[in-house]
Amino acid sequence: MSFPWANHYQPTNPFMRWMDEKLPLPRFVYNAIGAGYPVPRNLNYWWNFGVLAGFCLMIQIVTGIILAMHYAPNALVAFDSTEHIMRDVNWGWMLRYAHANGASAFFVVVYTHIFRGFLFSSYKAPREMIWLLGVVIFLLMMATAFMGYVLPWGQMSFWGAKVITGLFGAIPLVGEPLQIWLLGGFAPDNAALNRFFSLHFLLPFVILGVVILHIWALHIPGSSNPTGVEVKQESDTVPFHPYYTAKDGFGLAAFLVIYTAFVFFMPNALGHPDNYIPANPLSTPAHIVPEWYFWPFYAILRAFTFDFFFVPAKLLGVLAMFAAILVWFFLPWLDTSPVRSARYRPMLRKFIWFGFVPCMAALFYLGGAPAEEPYVMFSQLAAAYYFAHFLIILPIVSMIEKTKPLPNSITEAVLAKNGAAAAE
Amino acid sequence: MVRLIGILVGIFFSGWLLVTLAVGFFTWASEPKVETAEHVFHEHPKALHLASDGPFGHFDLQQVQRGYKVYKEVCSACHSLRHVAFRDLEQLGYTEAQVKAEAATWMVPGIDPVTGEDTMRAALPTDYFPKPYPNDVAARAANNNAIPPDLSLMAKARHNGDAYVYSLLTGYQDQPAELLAEFPEAKTPDGLHYNPYFPNLNLAMAQPLVDGQVDFDDGSPNDLDSMSQDVAAFLVWTAEPTLAKRHATGWPVVLFLLIATVLAYLAYRNVWRNEKH
Ligand code: HEC
Ligand code: HEM
Repeated sequence: MSFPWANHYQPTNPFMRWMDEKLPLPRFVYNAIGAGYPVPRNLNYWWNFGVLAGFCLMIQIVTGIILAMHYAPNALVAFDSTEHIMRDVNWGWMLRYAHANGASAFFVVVYTHIFRGFLFSSYKAPREMIWLLGVVIFLLMMATAFMGYVLPWGQMSFWGAKVITGLFGAIPLVGEPLQIWLLGGFAPDNAALNRFFSLHFLLPFVILGVVILHIWALHIPGSSNPTGVEVKQESDTVPFHPYYTAKDGFGLAAFLVIYTAFVFFMPNALGHPDNYIPANPLSTPAHIVPEWYFWPFYAILRAFTFDFFFVPAKLLGVLAMFAAILVWFFLPWLDTSPVRSARYRPMLRKFIWFGFVPCMAALFYLGGAPAEEPYVMFSQLAAAYYFAHFLIILPIVSMIEKTKPLPNSITEAVLAKNGAAAAE
Repeated sequence: MVRLIGILVGIFFSGWLLVTLAVGFFTWASEPKVETAEHVFHEHPKALHLASDGPFGHFDLQQVQRGYKVYKEVCSACHSLRHVAFRDLEQLGYTEAQVKAEAATWMVPGIDPVTGEDTMRAALPTDYFPKPYPNDVAARAANNNAIPPDLSLMAKARHNGDAYVYSLLTGYQDQPAELLAEFPEAKTPDGLHYNPYFPNLNLAMAQPLVDGQVDFDDGSPNDLDSMSQDVAAFLVWTAEPTLAKRHATGWPVVLFLLIATVLAYLAYRNVWRNEKH
């Protein structure tokens, strides 16, 4: 579906006309990301991150495929083959650093993309399906990143894999057999490394498939916008091309400056030094920590230190960690406010900026900190706010909040903003 | 329904966390704090400045060559360098012939071409640096039950690795009297050596390097401090021989992208010039 005023694809070149009759791929592109797709004219840079995420996915797939040509998924040689890539493969160091930092960049971008969803309630009708597919993508990304980190078979690879697969052991009755079945053994070894490699190669293409559905679902209602008021008339929109190709192109170039600065000048800043030590099942690292992008959820996992009657603390932690992401699936129904954008929801806005943002910052920090006091107490406080924010505060605030008056249309909001700017 | 269940789940998780927090805080506040010797006496690495630091960093080849000499004459008795091959030494400014001659001064395991028995032969440029011990058991037996780790990646396998190596080599000292007074049970066990830069303060490596131990052909200073810096610089190179190339490649890439960003911004402003947003 599209708006009735969308431009129509009219090929003039005879070859393109011939192509359009046989396989209307250019028409498809024109309608999807070309001049045939009308987009709200007032999108700000928060709306740039979906395109950036798509670009990150491409970086990961391209660098990953080339790395796989040189990497050997065998516990005896995996570490050495990674060093072989760093030292002997032409530009291998660049590929590997681009892939490792690409994963971090991907998560920075996707976290920002998700946070945009919270700020502008992008998850609300009619965009629930886009959001739900997004959460599926995020879960797949976490699985992919986790298995990728195991591949170099350093100390953190091994011990991270051991701790995370050990979480399945917390499930009553079936936990331990399940863990052994998943790993193909009692501890991570060759069997685990091989299947992780196979899945790490497969999942990005599954993600690609879900991304296609995500964008398909997006094209039905079209993008939301910072006012949260739906498109009503032609003057509310501009064609995607050239307007947003130009704006996203600028955002992409700026993103690449930061990304390449990491790849070339501080490629190990986000990694853990222990992963340059070959995996050793007999020597446990002082602090086992996953990659930074898992820290908030790792902090929630470790915040549970007491059994709840017959439920062991470890199981509670595992449930809470998964629940922390699964709650996102329910946001479209937990938030009942008729207004989308936090700009017009003063109370929610305060809770987001002064409650949720500090809480996430704390969880990010605490997940990487040692499991000692006082860090554990702070993670308990932050995790308590996390659940309260989505499950208690959001439903209640959305019911009782007195929202600010909305503009009548996007055009009106744009003209008001520009008028105010001109008058100043 | 979703909201009701949601609120109940939220109350459960948040409530239980707050209960845990309250109890945890009470125990934490009432329990006496136990200090450990590691906690009080461990020191962070001293500052070290090498040519390879920073975004313009490259290798000071003279210094790396001196570091190689220290490795060869001292550390190689116990530590392997398994990711480095003799051919790599060409990157330190040696010619092919020099590398060939240098490799030939090392012995590596080989096979007797006539009898097929295991022997030792002179190394070739394509060989990797040999291991000092045939296996881990031998390594442990010779080193008070500790295995000397491979040094190829040492500079990347510790926080602030180059400064750590430098501090460790120059950090040996007697155990401070305050430490023994405060933590009598933390006395360095026999066969271990006190070093405040090592995470648990006592390691199995005796001080390997002392003033004047290695002589440099060009008469460069060979006090402990200078040689420790040299070997740290060498280990930065072994950990990442491509470091200088990485920096040299990075600048054109980043500058190109900065210009592209400016042009993209101007293009964006131009496209949108008549469209208020
Ligand atoms: C006599 C044998 C011997 C010599 C010579 C020797 N080392 Fe060691 N080294 C060891 C042993 C044994 C360990 C393991 C110590 C432990 O884990 O307690 C070690 C550990 C190390 C470590 C790792 C410390 C850590 O954080 O785990 C570094 C770095 C190191 N040596 C550097 C050097 C350098 C540089 C030289 C040459 C100047 C050198 N060593 C010479 C035996 C030696
Ligand atoms: C590989 C990862 C992802 C890619 C490539 C991707 C791509 C995109 C693109 C291109 C858009 C349109 C541009 C924009 O609004 O920024 C978009 C919109 C959206 N995405 Fe994603 N996305 C990804 C992950 C996610 C995740 C993890 C979520 C949420 C959990 C999510 C939720 C949404 C929502 C709700 C919209 C509509 C926003 C609106 O119109 O207001 N996406 N996505």
